[in-house]
Amino acid sequence: MTFRTWLAIIAGMLPASLAAIVLFLALYCWPALEINGWGFVVRDTWNIGNAYADPVTIAGTQVQPGAEYGTLFLIVGTLLSTLIALLLAVPVGAGAAIFLAEAVRGRLRLWVSFFVELLAAIPSVVFGLWGYVVVIPFLAHHVFPLMSDLLGFIPFFDGPTGSGYGLLTAGIVLSMMIVPLITATFRDALVSQPPALREAATALGATRFETSIHVIVHGSVRVLIGASFLALGRAMGETMAVLMVSGNGLNYLPQNIYAPISTMAAFIASQLDSALQDPSGMAVRSLAEIALVLCLLSIAVNAGARLMLLFWARAGGAAQPI
Amino acid sequence: MRLSRRLFSIGGWLVTGFALAMLVLLMIWILAVVLVRGVGALSPELLTTVTQGNGGGLLNAIEGTGVLAVGTLMLAVPLGVGAGIYVSEWHFHRWAHAIRFLADVLVGVPSIVMGYFGYVTMVEGLGWSFSAAAGAIVLSIICLPYICRTTEFALRQVPTDLREAAYAMGAGDGRVILRVCVPVALPGILTGILLALAISVGETAPLLYTAGWSSYLWDGHLTHSPIAYLTYAIFTFINEPFASANALAYAAAFLVTALILVINILSRLIFDRARE
Repeated sequence: MTFRTWLAIIAGMLPASLAAIVLFLALYCWPALEINGWGFVVRDTWNIGNAYADPVTIAGTQVQPGAEYGTLFLIVGTLLSTLIALLLAVPVGAGAAIFLAEAVRGRLRLWVSFFVELLAAIPSVVFGLWGYVVVIPFLAHHVFPLMSDLLGFIPFFDGPTGSGYGLLTAGIVLSMMIVPLITATFRDALVSQPPALREAATALGATRFETSIHVIVHGSVRVLIGASFLALGRAMGETMAVLMVSGNGLNYLPQNIYAPISTMAAFIASQLDSALQDPSGMAVRSLAEIALVLCLLSIAVNAGARLMLLFWARAGGAAQPI
Repeated sequence: MRLSRRLFSIGGWLVTGFALAMLVLLMIWILAVVLVRGVGALSPELLTTVTQGNGGGLLNAIEGTGVLAVGTLMLAVPLGVGAGIYVSEWHFHRWAHAIRFLADVLVGVPSIVMGYFGYVTMVEGLGWSFSAAAGAIVLSIICLPYICRTTEFALRQVPTDLREAAYAMGAGDGRVILRVCVPVALPGILTGILLALAISVGETAPLLYTAGWSSYLWDGHLTHSPIAYLTYAIFTFINEPFASANALAYAAAFLVTALILVINILSRLIFDRARE
């Protein structure tokens, strides 16, 4: 075999891994998929049943009596925490990128960018530790009661503020984890805009900020959208930090923004031990079903975002205003 | 100039500057918490003894993280660099396009999903139970696309003239790439390998159900023997109501964060030097 064939085979390991992940998860969870049906995504009760009773046979598969595998509360928790994270991270990330690209120069820009983007290197579990030790007490004692008083007239913001573990805390910590991705990508796009655009706007009498917003930022909005989708994908799959600050709410939908929740990723991490108690094995297979759904969702979001960025880049580059 | 335009500009700079300041302060806040509490918890015994119940030391976890990182790099570096070479040097081929795209998609697969995949296939399927091999293989799948993409990026910076000169001297594909292109691109490839090292030190979720945890030093078995790692210590011991357990968590967080910062700064220095 030639050198090139060898390399092509090695490179094939990448698609092979991706295919193997989807294939083996699908094969493993197939019995659960058949039993759970659509109830998996529309019911909001997860119960592994009576682990000490004899399994009953439903449709040729053994299940513990009373077992029910509904994950609506996980889907809602994942969507809401991701949404909050994006709502917080996109404006802050975009603002920081604009300031970095337009107002900071030379070596200072390099070092400040590097420092801010180091946030992306901090491990998820360290974010979780910081959230657990510092952020939760701070939010629970100072911020949430105040928010409930001031913003209580908005439906989702009033009511008991709880212990600090919950939807909003998870959203805040998630937003900090995805913000460097948005800042880095958007800053690169802003810096790479042709200088002629800036000169033209200045010649027309625009101030520096007007030039930045109306010309430079306007021309890079597509990159911001693409980066936000990538960030969405990352927030969906974040596990450890969410596990440590979300309160791991089980089997109910959040009644307000402070309520404990769980996400698909955090639930997989927290439930395997208890799922292993199920002698029929259906609980472990249903967890694999969650993993499969999460995997396919992430692939869809990521592939969509990448295709979007690729397509726009080919259709004339980020320099084209929308 | 109209007052409203002037106010819009000043306000705009204030708002965007505030956003950047927030990120800088946030980073300082996190680092300060980890640094202050971590240094307070560090002690010589902590680095030289193994975990015992809710106290003891972290030697088992430090060793385990080292074993997993070395195993991950041994698997991921040859495969990742090979894939990167293919994607860069044959970038005009369809297969290379597809692989580059799928590598980006693979980056997006959540690490907990990778971990569960490892559990289903290796821990249960092959019957390896919690083990260093299962952990390192899952970590190396996570690192693969990063190494591939950074290698590709580094090789694409190598001028085409160099390749043409080498081919004109009669060298074949292998010689041109391994003796001419790779040495030139080495700093860039190295940053990718450092990134993979940082990932294998910092990840937790993929190891929960593949590596397990052990309070003892590694016994040298690749399968059928669980292995400790530092990030697990952070996650578990911070939830315990004992000061000695919390100290383990803070110390582990300090070690992991410090290591990752050093790796990142190192890779930045290599990158900068290569560009000059």
